[in-house]
Parts: sequence; structure tokens; C-alpha cells
Amino acid sequence: MDLAILGAGAVGRAVAALAGEYGHRVTALADSSSASIDRNGLDVDAALARKRNSGAVGEDVPESVLEAEYDTLVEATPTTLGDAEPGYSHVVDALERDRHVVLANKGPVAERYDDVMAAAADSEGDVRFEATVGGAIPAIATLEGLGPEHVSAARGVLNGTANFILTRMATEGLAYEHVLAEAQDLGVAEADPSFDVDGTDAALKGVILANVLHDGGFTLADARIEGIEDFPVNALDVAAEDGNTIRLIGEVASGRVRVGPRLVPDNDALAVSGTMNIVQYDTEHAGRMNISGRGAGGEETASAVLADVDRLGC
Amino acid sequence: MDDEHGGVTQSHTVRLELDDEPGELLRALEPIAENGGNLLSIFHERGSVTPRGRIPVEIDLEAAPQQFDRIIQALRENGINVIRAGTTHYDEEISVLLIGHLIDQDLSDTIEQIEANSPASVVDLSLAGETNSDRVSSGRFRLALEAGRLEETLSAVREIADRKDLRFVEPLVGEA
Repeated sequence: MDLAILGAGAVGRAVAALAGEYGHRVTALADSSSASIDRNGLDVDAALARKRNSGAVGEDVPESVLEAEYDTLVEATPTTLGDAEPGYSHVVDALERDRHVVLANKGPVAERYDDVMAAAADSEGDVRFEATVGGAIPAIATLEGLGPEHVSAARGVLNGTANFILTRMATEGLAYEHVLAEAQDLGVAEADPSFDVDGTDAALKGVILANVLHDGGFTLADARIEGIEDFPVNALDVAAEDGNTIRLIGEVASGRVRVGPRLVPDNDALAVSGTMNIVQYDTEHAGRMNISGRGAGGEETASAVLADVDRLGC
Repeated sequence: MDDEHGGVTQSHTVRLELDDEPGELLRALEPIAENGGNLLSIFHERGSVTPRGRIPVEIDLEAAPQQFDRIIQALRENGINVIRAGTTHYDEEISVLLIGHLIDQDLSDTIEQIEANSPASVVDLSLAGETNSDRVSSGRFRLALEAGRLEETLSAVREIADRKDLRFVEPLVGEA
């Protein structure tokens, strides 16, 4: 399949680099300021080298990617809230051209799910968004496989940065600020970690799960969100006294989405360590189901994008 | 909610066994009203009779601690069989955390508020951090509650936490 990739951050670059291995061809690649387009297939290595050296992937303007030759648009620009632009318009533009869309950008399916699905209904193309929840974890495909009507609740550890911070605080007894700085040094936390630690990122993922579970209707405004900013290490100490720890849990249950620090038994499946993520479903006929794995990272997230491309077939 | 009646009003459950005779229930209720208790509900299990041929009755009422003591005393003086007083039958225990400026004086108020405004009883408390300073400390409250009253309990404690500007950490609970 021919792929056009919008966004040349860690995920977009990894999709471009791995596409060939998955049997696909990249015909367009854009970052925020430039694009490289070749209907016969890009030299991905050359484009990525150009980006490393000069900061630009090519000579074309980013908007031209949407008009290029491709079967599937990979939307991997940064997640934006509210109107989810420009990602949302990219999605609609590709669907109007009857192309498929695979999202790594959470904005369109968290903030404008119903609009995106309406555009997909009018298109020959389909929309998939596995990479938006739990990185490499097949959270959406599993939910679709189980059948959303047979799943009563979804919850999980959906942000690796927050989980890393809570895990380190609990095991090392270190203060929040200390562990956050350490996470930034290790590249686990971004320079501006707000969305990770204030719960927004986990909430976006919870909202996306809610939209799949309930066939739409949810936006970030429907989520109750509490983060872990300035969390005191003594809270983890008292929790440990009766065999509990604290995890930032995103939960979709009883038609509500909520994110917040929760007491979790040390030996609970949800008490994953470090940057790991886990998604848990309560199923109607088969009890609880857990899938854990890497929730972030360029190649990890790209593997979910490329799995979606395979699901689109053709 | 003042000390005039001997402390803050709390809810209590009183379990009685009444003789199956006319007027027995009324005789059991009079001491509650006479001593300033506020009757919340009566569960009169007419269908189930104890081995001694008595009828179990469960009464929920609100009263300040001293009022409650007088009510129980009056019931016993009236010859009513008080099987259990003040302790609700609890089916489960959960832990919750409250985080913030849990200075000692406020801590006892927090406990009173939980007991007065939620269906749960505080059965254990553990603190970490300096509770008499400006630093943030954490309290683990072990709550006992009746089956089916978890949601109600958690939302009541959350309200108290919001009012007191405390962070509230709920347990992850649900069917496994």
C-alpha cells in the first residue's frame, strides 16, 4: 500500500523507516514546514537524513501531501485539543478523496470522534486509530474483537511517564520533583510534561476507548481528570502499609470517563512498573482481560500504525 | 451540629428484638423521640422470627453521642432487647487516602465529617508526613461499610475532600 505520512516526529519517522519491512511504500512525507513527495516511492533514508541535516524533509510544502498519490494517510502530527486542528482537517480531506486514514494523533478521535466517523461513513476510505491508545498494545483491535457490546468497562495505565514517576517514587522514596527531573534526563518525560502528569494524555485515551465502547459521543470535556503533579511521596508510604501502591488509572465505566491516582494492590495486574502501559477490559462472558506492553516510543507506536495499515487490507 | 446535645450528630443503627405484642414497636420508638434522636428508617422484619419467638427490628437514627447513650439506656430501662447499638453491620472495608494539610485539629473534624456524612465508619487511620506543619501529609483512612454503599461512600468522602481542599485517592474496586 502507498502511504502518505503527515508528521515527522518520532512516530512519523519510524513509520516511514519501517514501512518497507511491512510491504508498503511511502509516497509522501511531511513535517510541519516541508514535504517530500514521489509517486514512485520516496527514498525514505535520504529524506530522513535531509531532515537530520537541514531540518527539512524536502522541497515541497506540507499541504501538497494531501493531494499526492497514496492509499492511506498516516496522520502523525502532534495531538491538539478542542477543534483538533490541523489533524482533523487532514483526516476529512483524505476521506473526501476516498482514501484511508490511520491516526497516531489522538485529537481527532478524542475531540471530534462523531465528526470523523460521519466523514468516514460518506467515504470509500476507512479510519483506524490503534496507535492512539496504549502505544504498541492492540487495545482497539482487541476491543473490536471482543465486541464493544460485550465489554462493560475499560481501564488501565495509559501514560508511561506518569507511571514511571509513581513507580520510582514508590520504590526509591524520592520526591516528585526529583523523579520528574530524572525522567526528563532519561527522555521519559518531555521538557513540558504537563499533559502526562496532569492526566490530560491518559484522559484522551480514556475518551477514545469510551467512543469505541459507546459508539461515540465523548470528548475530553466529558472526562473527570486528576493528575499526579506534586504528589507527595508520603502518600505512597501510607498506601504501602496495607499492600497498596498508587497508579494513575484511566477508567471507562458506567458511561463515565475518569482519570486519577488510585489505590491499587501491589500484586494487581494494573500495578505495572516503569513506563509500561496496561489495558484491562471487563468482559460479559470471560471476566477480566489484561494486555500490557510498551505504551510509547517511535517504533512501538509505529508498529501499531502499521498493524492498522495491514488491517485496512487492499 | 453543635455541642449542646453532646457532640456532633451521627447516624446509628440499632438492632432490637421485640416481643410479638401490640404496642411493642411504639414502646421502642418513644425513647428515641424523647431524647432528641432523629428517626431515619425502621425495618420491621415481621416475617422472620427469632428462635426465641421475637421479631427483629432495625432502626436507623441520627443523634449526638450523648443523646444516643441516653436513648439506648432508656430502651433498656423499658425492657426492650437491644441486640446491637451504634455499630452498623459492615460487609466490607476499603482504604482511601486524603492528602493535604492534615493538621491535627482538622484531622478529627475530617473523621467526624466522614462518619456523619457518609454511610461508612472510620475503623483505622494511618498518617505519614508532618501533620503539624505546613508540609503536605497523607492519611490512609480504613473505612467499613455495608454492601452496596460503596459509590455513596466514595462520593461523600470526595465532597468532604473537595471542601477541605484535600486530594482524594480512591481505591480501585470492582468485581474481579
